Amino acid sequence: MKRFMIGAWRWLDDRLGISALVGPSLEHLVPHDARWWYVFGSATLLAFIVQVVTGVGLAFSYTSSSSQAYETLQFITNQAPFGRFLRGMHYFGASAMVLMVGAHMAQTFLFGSYKFPREMNWTTGVLLLAFTLAMGFTGQLLRWDSTATWSVVVAAEQAGRVPVIGNFLAQFILGGTSIGGATLSRFFAIHVFIMPALIFLFIGIHLMLVLRHGIAEPPVAGQVVEPATYRTEYEERMRKTGHPFWPEGAWRDFVVGTGLIVVIALLAYFVGPPKLDAPPDPSNLNADPKPDWYLLWYFALLALIPPQLEGYVMILAPVIIGILLLAAPMLNNRGERAPSRRPWSIAVVLLSVIMIGSLWIEGNNSPWSPNFDPQPLTEKVIGATSGPVFEGARVFQTKGCLNCHLISGDGGRRGPDLSYIGDTLSEGDIVIRIVNGGVNMPAFGSSINPNELTQLTAFLQSRKRPMPAGLEAPQR
Amino acid sequence: MAILGIPLVGFVVAPIFRKTTGKWISVGKMTDFEIGKTVTVTVTDPSSLPWAGITAKSALWLRRVSDADFVAFAVNCTHLGCPVRWLQDAELFMCPCHGGVYYSDGTVAAGPPPRPLIRYDVRTVNGQVEVKTMEIPITTTL
Repeated sequence: MKRFMIGAWRWLDDRLGISALVGPSLEHLVPHDARWWYVFGSATLLAFIVQVVTGVGLAFSYTSSSSQAYETLQFITNQAPFGRFLRGMHYFGASAMVLMVGAHMAQTFLFGSYKFPREMNWTTGVLLLAFTLAMGFTGQLLRWDSTATWSVVVAAEQAGRVPVIGNFLAQFILGGTSIGGATLSRFFAIHVFIMPALIFLFIGIHLMLVLRHGIAEPPVAGQVVEPATYRTEYEERMRKTGHPFWPEGAWRDFVVGTGLIVVIALLAYFVGPPKLDAPPDPSNLNADPKPDWYLLWYFALLALIPPQLEGYVMILAPVIIGILLLAAPMLNNRGERAPSRRPWSIAVVLLSVIMIGSLWIEGNNSPWSPNFDPQPLTEKVIGATSGPVFEGARVFQTKGCLNCHLISGDGGRRGPDLSYIGDTLSEGDIVIRIVNGGVNMPAFGSSINPNELTQLTAFLQSRKRPMPAGLEAPQR
Repeated sequence: MAILGIPLVGFVVAPIFRKTTGKWISVGKMTDFEIGKTVTVTVTDPSSLPWAGITAKSALWLRRVSDADFVAFAVNCTHLGCPVRWLQDAELFMCPCHGGVYYSDGTVAAGPPPRPLIRYDVRTVNGQVEVKTMEIPITTTL
């Protein structure tokens, strides 16, 4: 039997050329000291494979029809055997892919691995990052719930700001002039056919380039990249100290990849897929569309930049960032690779992480959004059960002030915390602010009557810090 | 190349050129609407594709200003298109996404919106309030 199997394999291998095809990939020499820092690329590839496998599985039940997609997702999540798990794997696989591609990029940048002769490795990687984010966004839209449909509108609005062709792009995204039958199917085509095809193509090119140029060694201070001599030096080093990729170089990829799949599966099982929002009814206005976590930082950016710059940032920032990323190796493809000799590279990565992280936190909290469902102020917080202060608190709630301002921890965070406003603004200042409005605050002069104004002012004036013990006003 | 490319591109972009708006539709009797109140009105796109299902629906904000006058606003924030909500007592529209605020006449009260809420054409015919269907308003200026 064993002899038969070996014979059959040899016959197949001879006719199909499997060893001839895969052998050089497995046997190519890699630096002996390329260890745990070098696992992110293969982890990204593995996460993509998870996406393909789970995506194909989901496609067996998913219907890309505007009228039925939501119901099929409910079926997949709540009724189909393993459907919830599969959706969870697909979601956390996407998250893993974004994280791993980010880590791979940061490592490549810090190690200066984008320099000669690997410029195109970097460029194809940047395109793969863009395709990954596009997959993430279109994937969120395929959830086709209320958040998804309104996210399509937001995407169309952003595309609309592109000069000259903005309206055309917006309508291309919507599949017409509004959300409807043609909207979902085009995102399905982009998510399931176009983007995966591009990713397969560019992964192929990326891997081919890795084999062609070899894996960059961990950088050593003083060991500079000089295009005239680099290839000779690299080949010499590989001959002396390199290891075959299989098995010496590959086992760490295998360990990390296995761990990654286990983590994705555990999260899918215990946390599960993102909950479906309300059905995709564009007449339901109680929607609060937010992107998934990997684009939340961009959502926050659009809230925080000055409105007069917003259009330019919306259109030009992605273009400039894209050009800078693509051009990075052309601008600096020789010299030192060690981060210790390129401290600015550490600063770039750190600042990027801090910027994206800070924006992510802000986006998660969304302090600029009104709180549409604030807890009513309690009598304890108000400090009165009748009279102008009590009535003023009622006005504070009915006039929407509580939607935007905090009082003792309750309310919105869009405007300043007014818990102690009585300590800082006089009665006259409060009246002027309510009637005329202020920076980023509506004027209520035409929608509040004098009695309500008096009560509201009394309430706000009563918002003072408690006096420290022993400093209370003397009793008369 | 052209034999394959022209039909393909034509097919993919065709929905853009499909005329679906600009039709007058009734949204209720005049007596259904109280003077000074702003209410949400649901409309169904009369030219929607058969498989649009629930997505053929859309909404607008309708305000009866006086006995004979109505104004109708698109529900889309002019900042990035999110659905604005009406707070009756505060007499404000508020946007959940980036905090845009509008007065009852649709003008910007606060936040990032670059222009007032877009208005629909409204008319009254034989005691019925009619609005002219409109595409999702896209802000195309930087």
